[in-house]
Amino acid sequence: MIGVVAPDTFNVPSVDWLALAPVLSLAGAGILIVLLRAVLRTRPLVQPITMLVALVGTLTAGGTLAWQWVHVRDHGAVTTIASMVRVDSFAVFLGVLIATSLLLALLLSVSYIRPEGLEGPEYLAMLTLSAAAMVVMTTANNLIVVFLALEALSIPLYVLVAFDRRRLASQEAGIKYFVLGSFSSAILLYGVALVYGATGTTSLTGISGFLAHNTLFDDGTLLAGFALLVVGLAFKVSAAPFHMWTPDVYQGAPSPITSFMSSATKVAGFAAFLRVFLVAFPIYRTDWRPIIMALAALSLIVGTVAAVVQTDLKRVLAYSSIAHAGYVLIGFSAAAVDNRAAADRGLAAALFYLFTYTFMTIGAFAVVTVVGRRTHDAKHGFEQYRGLARRSPLLAGFLTFFLLAQAGVPFTGGFVAKLHVFAAAVDAREYWLAIVGVLAAVVAAFFYLRVTVVVFTGDDEPAGEPPPARHFDAASALVLTATAIMVVLIGVLPGTFLHFAHDASSLL
Amino acid sequence: MTTDFPILTAIIAAPAIGALVIALLPAARVEAVRAVGYAATAATLGLTGWLLWNFATAHAGYQFVESERWIGSLGVNYVVGVDGISIFMIALTSLLFPIGLLASAKLTVRVKAFTAWMLLLEAALMGVFLALDLVVFFVFFEVVLVPMYFIILGWGHEHRNYAALKFFLYTMAGSAFLLVGLLTLGFLHQSATGHLTFDLRTLTAWAPGGLSDGTAKWLFLAFFAAFAVKVPLFPLHTWLPDAHTEAPTAGSVILAGVLLKMGTYGFLRFSLALFPKASVDLAPLLLVLGTVGIIYGAIVAAMQPNLKRLVAYSSVAHLGFVVVGIFALTTQGIEGGIFTMISHGLTTGALFLLVGMLYDRRHTFDIGSFGGLWKAVPILGGLFLATAFASIGLPGFSGFVGEFLALIGTFIIDRPYAVIGAVGVILAAVYLLWAYQRVFMGVPSEENAKLPEITGREPVCVVPLLALSLFLGLYPKPVLDRVEPTVKALIAHVEQHSDYKEPGVAKHGVKFDRLTKFCDAEKTDSGAIECKKDAEK
Repeated sequence: MIGVVAPDTFNVPSVDWLALAPVLSLAGAGILIVLLRAVLRTRPLVQPITMLVALVGTLTAGGTLAWQWVHVRDHGAVTTIASMVRVDSFAVFLGVLIATSLLLALLLSVSYIRPEGLEGPEYLAMLTLSAAAMVVMTTANNLIVVFLALEALSIPLYVLVAFDRRRLASQEAGIKYFVLGSFSSAILLYGVALVYGATGTTSLTGISGFLAHNTLFDDGTLLAGFALLVVGLAFKVSAAPFHMWTPDVYQGAPSPITSFMSSATKVAGFAAFLRVFLVAFPIYRTDWRPIIMALAALSLIVGTVAAVVQTDLKRVLAYSSIAHAGYVLIGFSAAAVDNRAAADRGLAAALFYLFTYTFMTIGAFAVVTVVGRRTHDAKHGFEQYRGLARRSPLLAGFLTFFLLAQAGVPFTGGFVAKLHVFAAAVDAREYWLAIVGVLAAVVAAFFYLRVTVVVFTGDDEPAGEPPPARHFDAASALVLTATAIMVVLIGVLPGTFLHFAHDASSLL
Repeated sequence: MTTDFPILTAIIAAPAIGALVIALLPAARVEAVRAVGYAATAATLGLTGWLLWNFATAHAGYQFVESERWIGSLGVNYVVGVDGISIFMIALTSLLFPIGLLASAKLTVRVKAFTAWMLLLEAALMGVFLALDLVVFFVFFEVVLVPMYFIILGWGHEHRNYAALKFFLYTMAGSAFLLVGLLTLGFLHQSATGHLTFDLRTLTAWAPGGLSDGTAKWLFLAFFAAFAVKVPLFPLHTWLPDAHTEAPTAGSVILAGVLLKMGTYGFLRFSLALFPKASVDLAPLLLVLGTVGIIYGAIVAAMQPNLKRLVAYSSVAHLGFVVVGIFALTTQGIEGGIFTMISHGLTTGALFLLVGMLYDRRHTFDIGSFGGLWKAVPILGGLFLATAFASIGLPGFSGFVGEFLALIGTFIIDRPYAVIGAVGVILAAVYLLWAYQRVFMGVPSEENAKLPEITGREPVCVVPLLALSLFLGLYPKPVLDRVEPTVKALIAHVEQHSDYKEPGVAKHGVKFDRLTKFCDAEKTDSGAIECKKDAEK
């Protein structure tokens, strides 16, 4: 429903503040940090206090999301602000993931900001504001909100990627992300305009309602519109062939930011991607499903094949994140089949994959962050990791574990996630896509194992580098332990987590 | 037969718990680590002994079955059970692991990690042989790769990086198709019956009738991809010599002794049971590949300048006998296949141990560097000779029983394969005895003359394997009695779902008539074994 605006009156839409509570606590934390910066300026306490505010804001958001989960489950989805925003279990599930990514990224930043000489409060403000926009993205029920959230989450990220001013790579990555990201936003906006032109509304439910009751005489505008939407959203989730920015940006960005981008940005992107297409255009699914399948296959192939020839761990992980997007897309395409049960399985598999992937990727980037400390995050070539097992068996163990999990070794979350994606594909009778998926997993195993070979075999220290004084700080150790425990739990006792994913998918 | 005690889970858990305990021990306490390793493998051996003792001999179905819900949304249950096919795989695994650890007693680098990986490997292998749910089987099948990969990578020889990676990728590429195949099977079952399950027992009852011939054939090939790599069958075998040669001694023992059997076990347990018609239709393919493996493995083994690589290639030949026996689809053939699996585990395990001992003394596998060792190490030489005989399949050793049964089972139905395969037995004598001659006979060089004789733990590793091989060679009945009911049931299952009929001679043996002629026998109504009417000539 769209609020009708009469020329002489303005209907103020009712606002359900509790539905917005997670966004408000994140955005509130961000604004409070900016204010504190203005008040405290450069006093020594400004760093810990703003970090505390960011953490409290994140935890509050997490708490309200948990409350929302229960509320939505018992009372159904909540739509508010003239149905611009829809809080359903799908949104809350992905919102929790974003809050979790933010929390872990903040913890990784605790002992990152000061040694790298970054401006802490601004960094934290950007991070929380970006996360707030991501949560909005998960609830967006209108194409305009999708666009606004996309811009609001991207702009802080542009800044964050370029935040390390001493490193040229960071600057370069920031510019690259900014230029390409602006393009993709513009393309998305153009898509929104075309869809509006074809259907007369930007509300997702409005569009599907319109298409259900009207047959378009000429649907060229609409098709062009959602083709452009695909481009804009595929860019955000870094699906091939719109992935070009990913390796450079992931490599150049400060490592905690990379961990945040690889998880939360992808989650937010998929939130919009899934919701827009499954809610607004289900009638046209025979038209867009092949596109999703092609994106999935391309992402898997490009991501894994390109990762094989990399010699920089951050780039390997960046390419592997492209491949992971491919697995989520397999679930996405399965979610668009006619068979209701198979479609539910597909969406649940996609959500569950995102859930598991979040922990696997943040864990891996946490190791990267800790190891990168001794070169001030500048070098992540394989030679930096050579003989890591000798220098720090624990870090090597964590890295190996997360890589094996991403490769999909049983009894890790990665296996259960991949199993469900393949099961969804087979259930949807997409056999060829399942085969592409498993073969991509084999190629992926190759480059993950190549990293473990480097970690376990080389003994020589990189020349001229001082040995690291301390490997761990408490916060990084907490991140590593927590993510590892989650990945094991998902792998051994997947029932509970799968249950959440199914709840989140059946109510869309 | 049911008991309250979850014996099969205990067999999987005992080594896993041992690995966990070792993970918690400090790496410096090497003796404690070793002790836990021995204790865990010994406990597993004890549990397996108990299992063997309580195993119902005449029972064809699964025994000691346990079932527990695991991934509800996919209908995956943790189901384990044991039958005549798997019981001796369990026994073999539990026997080879303590020996493998004992043989690694000289290892000094990263003992903690090594022992932990070994125990995890044992747990995973037990899971492979016990799982009765396709997904659970796949999980264990994949998990096996990880410890083995790290064992090769961490404690292997010169080219270990390459060999470990190749091993991992080959096997994983094969099992990729297995995964898609088993998921397809499960979902086809769901669309036919509305019930999603990966329980082997349910699917065995449904799949032979429920699948169309074409689908069954595709699925058979998907499963085939995974198992053929693991066996390994002829064109897919190239990972084997690298992995076996580069792995540390204990790793090679386990690789040859147990890991290769995962493939042939898979054929028996899954391919034949789930796709009987496709198995019958595609049996010629397997028979050809098996026969090629026998001959090719033997010839290539004979040409090897590297002693360990020679033993590795001999595995290709031995496993060829197993595959030929299995896909002859006769009682004798399959029994022979299973018996060869056991026998090969014992004899090739012993050979790898002996080769490892030679390496410990001489730090090379190069046959040309040896020569005249008999003078220096007669006991080692004697053990090597006995093991070589056992491996060749000299009557009196287990190798003979297995290969003889496999060949006879093939002969009564597909003669050419048996005839060609029999040549492989002779070739085995060629490569092993020739290698023995070059290593132990002749005049020793100065270096070779000073090698120390085997002492202490070393004979303790080899002798039990050799003794067991001798015992089973002289008295195979305990094994065959337990294997036979399951094999008969499996063949009956294949017959029921295809137009294949096992020849009467395979079912009831040969009836000699006044010692002048023999005929295909069949059971009469009264239960007596008589010559088939139309067969009598």
